[in-house]
Amino acid sequence: MKKMLSGNEAIALGAYEAGVGVGVGYPGTPSTEILETLSKYKEVYTEWSVNEKVALEVGFGAAIAGKRALVTMKHVGVNVAADPLFTAAYIGVKGGLVIISADDPNMHSSQNEQDNRNYAYAAKIPMLEPSDSDEARRFVKLAFEISEKYDTPVFLRPTTRVCHSYSVVDIEKEPAYKQFNMGSFERDQKKFVMIPAYARSRHVIVEERETKLKNDADKMDINKIEYGDKKIGFITSGISYSYVKEAAPKASVLKLGMVYPLPEKLIREFVGSVDKVYVVEELEPFFEMRIKAMGLEVEGKKYFPLLGELSPDNISEFISGKKHTPVKLNTAIPPRPPALCTGCPHSFVYNILKEKNFIVSGDIGCYTLGVLPPYSVIDTCVDMGASITVAQGIELSNPDKKVAAVIGDSTFAHSGITGLINAAYNKRNILVIVLDNSITAMTGMQPNPFNGETITGDKTVQVDYAHLAKAVGIEDNNFREVNAYKPIEVEAAIDHLTSTGKLSLLVVKGICIIYNKKKNKGT
Amino acid sequence: MDKIYSVLIVGVGGQGTILASNILTQAAINAGLDSKKSEIHGMSQRGGSVFSHVRFGRKVHSPVIPLNQADILVSLEEMETARWLDYVNGESNLIILNHRILPANVSVYPEGIIDEIKTKYKNVTIIDQESMLEKIGNSKYLNVFLLGVVSKFLAIPETAWQTAIKDLVPAGTFDKNYEAFIAGKNLA
Repeated sequence: MKKMLSGNEAIALGAYEAGVGVGVGYPGTPSTEILETLSKYKEVYTEWSVNEKVALEVGFGAAIAGKRALVTMKHVGVNVAADPLFTAAYIGVKGGLVIISADDPNMHSSQNEQDNRNYAYAAKIPMLEPSDSDEARRFVKLAFEISEKYDTPVFLRPTTRVCHSYSVVDIEKEPAYKQFNMGSFERDQKKFVMIPAYARSRHVIVEERETKLKNDADKMDINKIEYGDKKIGFITSGISYSYVKEAAPKASVLKLGMVYPLPEKLIREFVGSVDKVYVVEELEPFFEMRIKAMGLEVEGKKYFPLLGELSPDNISEFISGKKHTPVKLNTAIPPRPPALCTGCPHSFVYNILKEKNFIVSGDIGCYTLGVLPPYSVIDTCVDMGASITVAQGIELSNPDKKVAAVIGDSTFAHSGITGLINAAYNKRNILVIVLDNSITAMTGMQPNPFNGETITGDKTVQVDYAHLAKAVGIEDNNFREVNAYKPIEVEAAIDHLTSTGKLSLLVVKGICIIYNKKKNKGT
Repeated sequence: MDKIYSVLIVGVGGQGTILASNILTQAAINAGLDSKKSEIHGMSQRGGSVFSHVRFGRKVHSPVIPLNQADILVSLEEMETARWLDYVNGESNLIILNHRILPANVSVYPEGIIDEIKTKYKNVTIIDQESMLEKIGNSKYLNVFLLGVVSKFLAIPETAWQTAIKDLVPAGTFDKNYEAFIAGKNLA
């Protein structure tokens, strides 16, 4: 049966068919639909973890205790998970551990376009990169096998264009599930407890593993040469492979399915057999630098941009030497930027903050759109949870100014609470505003610890703001919870809390209008 | 069929471009072809421009349509058409719904877009939203109606379309959607 699947759906299907026992992650475009799809298979335990570090640790624990675990996040999520990542690479696994790093070249929905192949190198973890949905499904299964065979976590790195593109996947029959189990947790302190003495001996194993993987990479069939015209050849991977095949169907191609470590012998063979070889890769010159370091003559970023996404046009324009002339109409077309939804209950807060001339330290979520007109109220946006902590730093430098942090409910749970504890502990005097819309909205409506539901819709505990405030040391007089639809009360609360001159927590509650519509439809 | 057909569907978030592109992709697969579709979901789509690249043929590599290679541009919003002209060529079919949605913070809708497009391209079909709504009764089926118009330019058999619509539209809406499709197909 031929089915049209997105890259994300295909990853979930592949993991299911591989008998994954535990699926964990934190929502982040373009990765979110992987775990959402996996959560529909009732045999697999899935959870939205509080953040990516937590997700990786839960997945790692499940893997060392014998089950296959899939951990999903977007590229910047790996920054959050980097602490366990580097040491998990030392410890290894038991059941397979596959970490999805969904990268976002061109920053369609992200604050930077970091190239996470660098994490594979830095943490010494092998990384696979699929080109379409069919490969996404096959590569995730292979990633589990590599993980167990080499006793290492394995990265799968799809990019936005693979995650959100649809292509045909041939499913022979209804997928069958058989949980894959490598046994249960067995005490092995020298492997699992990374005190310096044990970690030193594990580091030796990591280096040996990497050498072995590098040698075996030459024989892996996901790294493959397709000889054509031997005058020109391309070394490429992922979505860029599809662009090369589109624009230069007759050229020779070395397609890298494993992007780290690189198959050196295969690369030498290819460069030795083709007159002129070009490296086509999005973002950093990751392959190019390494291939040049092998002493081989290739070119890449000299001709193909480092910024943003590539397209088939980059390759065809390179080959033809002709540049596309953009079409221009005489009529001026105004831009259509994204905007905070018309009718969003949280727009009132932005109007008030603007009127009262606050410095507003922002965070990650749809409310970041408050940076754009007509609000133009957000002054900073760095990373998840940074609103509360950056505000503390601004207040230290500019104690005479009014500083407010605005953060959504999911982001507050992700990494805002630690910042709030820091503010209370260090006697800072900022106003923290949680814009609670009852859901993680930007990524497409995922539940979180403040909304009382799990990923599968089961009822669960709901974090209580008032008790949380009390527990971190915020006095009753400095805590308020108000209805977003009552702007007068919102304003009164802001005035009152500001007048105290102390650290305050204001929770503004107003359900996301899209989520509300969805809920009322009963879906 | 070695030729790869490329259809670019554009509009504004919430207009139903995704359902339309899903149906087209599935119809091509039902017709025994390889097919790929590319779109982006995320922050930039919240109230912003949306697009969906659909490609099909014997073997499709890139899900992204190369510049000047869209055989058909379907636009569900007048101004959005103008943003995607780099993807069409002189032979392309442009199917444009004369519907206008003002972007946030813009008070005057630019005039003359369609007239200018008509002077530049020879195969332009303008679909009048009002008279079309009279035909199909509800703007919910507008996207599937446009697919009916698109179907006239493509060699995808009727049964492949029918099955795709049946499989992908919300339960209980097949009859209305299929009627809209046929109305589009019969549009003179």
